[in-house]
Amino acid sequence: MDATTNCVLPRYRVVRDEAACTGCAQCVRSCANGVHRLRKDSDRIVINSRACVNCQRCVVFCPELALTIQPWPQVGTGSSTWTAEAMADIAKQAQTGGVLLSSMGTPAPYPIYWDHLLLNASQVTNPSIDPLREPMETRVFLGSRPEILKVNERAGQVVEPLPPQLKLDVPIMFSAMSFGSISLNAQKALALAAAELGTFFNVGEGGMHRDLEPFADHAFAQVASGRFGVDAHYLNTAAAIEIKIGQGAKPGIGGHLPGEKINSEVSRTRMIPEGSDAISPAPHHDIYSIEDLRQLIFSIKEATGYRKPVAVKIAAVHNAAAIASGMARTGADIIVVDGFRGGTGAAPKRIRDAVGIPVELALAAIDQRLRDEGIRSTVSLVASGSIRNSADVVRAIALGADACSIGSAALIAMGCHQCRDCSSGRCNWGIATQRAALTERLHPEAAAERVVNLVRAWTAEIQEMMGGMGINAVDSLRGNRLMLRGVGLNEKELDILGVKYAGE
Amino acid sequence: MTDATVTLSAEETAAEAPTPAAEVTLGLAHFKEANEQVRAALARADAVTIREANAQRYLGCALPAGKSLDIFGTPGNDLGCYLDGGRIEVFGNGQDQVGNTMNNGAITIHGRVGDAAGYAMRGGTILVRDDCGWRAGIHMKEYEAKRPAIVIGGDAGAFLGEYMAGGIIVLAGTPGDYLGTGMHGGVIYLRHPLSTDRIMDGLIQEPVGEEDVPTLTALLDAYDEAFAGESPPLGGDLSSWHRLRPASARPYGGLYAH
Repeated sequence: MDATTNCVLPRYRVVRDEAACTGCAQCVRSCANGVHRLRKDSDRIVINSRACVNCQRCVVFCPELALTIQPWPQVGTGSSTWTAEAMADIAKQAQTGGVLLSSMGTPAPYPIYWDHLLLNASQVTNPSIDPLREPMETRVFLGSRPEILKVNERAGQVVEPLPPQLKLDVPIMFSAMSFGSISLNAQKALALAAAELGTFFNVGEGGMHRDLEPFADHAFAQVASGRFGVDAHYLNTAAAIEIKIGQGAKPGIGGHLPGEKINSEVSRTRMIPEGSDAISPAPHHDIYSIEDLRQLIFSIKEATGYRKPVAVKIAAVHNAAAIASGMARTGADIIVVDGFRGGTGAAPKRIRDAVGIPVELALAAIDQRLRDEGIRSTVSLVASGSIRNSADVVRAIALGADACSIGSAALIAMGCHQCRDCSSGRCNWGIATQRAALTERLHPEAAAERVVNLVRAWTAEIQEMMGGMGINAVDSLRGNRLMLRGVGLNEKELDILGVKYAGE
Repeated sequence: MTDATVTLSAEETAAEAPTPAAEVTLGLAHFKEANEQVRAALARADAVTIREANAQRYLGCALPAGKSLDIFGTPGNDLGCYLDGGRIEVFGNGQDQVGNTMNNGAITIHGRVGDAAGYAMRGGTILVRDDCGWRAGIHMKEYEAKRPAIVIGGDAGAFLGEYMAGGIIVLAGTPGDYLGTGMHGGVIYLRHPLSTDRIMDGLIQEPVGEEDVPTLTALLDAYDEAFAGESPPLGGDLSSWHRLRPASARPYGGLYAH
C-alpha cells in the first residue's frame, strides 16, 4: 500500500437480475458515471459498482425492472464510533489531503422539528371550512409595510405610495439556484413553473441567462459576494433583488464553482472568463457590519429607482434573531432565513454537516424577536432549508413565515434522487450538470409541469389543513402558533418555538 | 428641508433637448435627495457638475454612456456603483468602494480613495492620483471584450487585487501585504517589484515583456494626461516595471476530495 492506494470501499452494490435483463443497454446509455458497460467482445453488460452514486436513473429507466441498488454489503466493525462512513472519510483524506466535498442538504440525523409540531383542527367550538366549496385565500404579499397606511376612504385609494410588494398566489417560491450549479434547462423549468403558479424563482448568484429574461417578472436576481452577472440591466430586469449573505448548507463560507463548469454560456451569463474558477468570497467585501448591509441595500435601491423589493438571505446561525433585527432596521424588505438542512450544489462536508442551526428554531426566534421589538411588519419573512411537504409549509407559516422557498423539493419533482453527487457535474437527471448530453435529458416544459403539479398538490393540502383549523387565509395563519402543539420536545425547545405541549 | 439646489444655465432652461452642462450643489443633502437632484439634472444635461459634495453615497450610480459628472468636494461611498459607461471625475478624495461592480466607463480621482475601490468591476477604468486603501481591485473580472483597469499613482493598502479574476491593476507606489492573494486571472503591474518572500503562493513575478508595453504605456499615459501638473509623470521608462500574474486560473482545483 502506498499513499495513493484507494482504501475506500464502494458505497453501493448494483445488482442486475440476469433473468429479467434483455441486454437492451438502456442502463449503459443512462449512466454518465460508467457503472454499466458493454463488454467489447460480447453483448454482456458488466457492472462497476464503485462508480455508482445511487442516482437511480438506471433503475427508473430499466424497462424490465432488472436493476436494484443496494448498500455495499460489507459488514461493519460493530463500532458506533468508527462507522464505515467515518473511516471512509479518513481514508479519502489520507489518500488525497483534500477538503471533503459533498452536495445537497446534510443527511446527518439531527432533530427535524417539523416532525415534532402537530397542527390543530376545529372541533365543535368553531366550524372547519371545506376549501373545495368555500373561498380559501393562499395569496400573500412580500415587502415592507409602512407604519401607518393612509387611505382616502371616499376614493378608496391609498394616499401615500406603498413600498414595492411582490404578489404570490401561493406561499411557496423556489430557492436560489444558479446557472452553473444547475443547468439552464432546470432553471427554465423553475421559471416556467413560477410564471404558471403566480410565484417567483431565483436565478441565484450566477447572473440571468438571456433565455430567462421573458420570465423576469417572476424572478429574483441575486447579488452575492462575487457579484457575478450583476449590472444595472440585471437589477432592473428582475422583479426583486436578493442579497445573499449566507446559505443554510454552508454558513460562513463562499463558494468555488470549478473552472470546468464555466463553459461559454455560463461565462457569458456570469460575465467572467471561460474556464477559470468562479470564486465567491466568504464575505461581501463591502459588508463588514449591519450599517454596511444598509449601504448595499440602498445602492441596489438607488440603481432600481426604489421600485423593487430587496431581500436579504442569511443562513440560520446562532444569533439569527439579533441579526434579523438588524437586517429589518437596515431597510431590507424581505428577510430570508435558510436552515442548515438546506441543499447546495457543493459544500465542504464538515461545514454542511456541522455549521448552522435548524430553520424551525431560527424562524421562531426571529419572528418573536421582531414582534417583541415592534418591527415585524416592517419586513416579510421567508423560510427555507428542508421544506419537505405541505405540512412543513403550514408549520413554517404558523411559526411566523410569510412564505417558504423550496429548492430540493422542486428538484426532486424534476427527477433528482438526492444522491448528493451534484459537485461532480455528472448529474444523470440533467439538473446539476452543464454537459450537453446530460442537460438535454431534462425537458423544461415537462419538468415545469411536474413542479407545477407538486405545488398545486401542496396548495390543495395547505387549503385543507387551514380549512380544518377554521382559517380561510394564509394571512390568518401567519405566526398563529396556537395552531401548533409540540410532541417529544423539552421545555427549552417549546420555549424557543413558542408553542405549547400537546394536551396543554 | 433641502440643501440641494439645481442651477441650470439660461440656454438649458430655454432648450428642450439635453444641453451640455448643469450644476448641482449638494451641501448637507441626504443621499437619497442628493441623487434625485443629480438624476434630475442628468435628465436635462449630459454633463453635470456637483459642488459641495459631503460624503453623499452612490453619486453616479449606474451612470450610462454619454453622461458625465464632475464632482467637487468629497463624494461618499459607492461612488459610481454599477457605472454603465458614464464618466466621473472627482476633484478631491474618494471614499470606500469607488466604482463598486462597475460595468463600463471611467472614474478619475484627483486625490486618494478608501477601501475596495473597483470591487468586482468588469469594465472601464479607474485612475487614482494618490493612494488607495485596502482591497482595491478585489474580484476584478474580465469578460469578452471587457478588460477593466485601475491605476494607482501612490501606495496601496493590503490585499490589493485579492481574488482577481481578470483585468489590470497598475501600482506606481508600494503595495501592502497579501498582494494578489487568491488571484486567478488578470495582471498587476508594479513599478517596484516585490521581494521574493512577499510574493503570494501561486503568483509569478517577472519583468514586463514586449507584449505588456502597449497596455501599460496606454494606462500610464492616461494617468499622466489626467493628472498633468499635479503628479510626477509615470510614463516613459518601463525598465523597473514588473508584472504579477497567477500561475493558474484554477487556484483551488486541488483543494477538494470528492
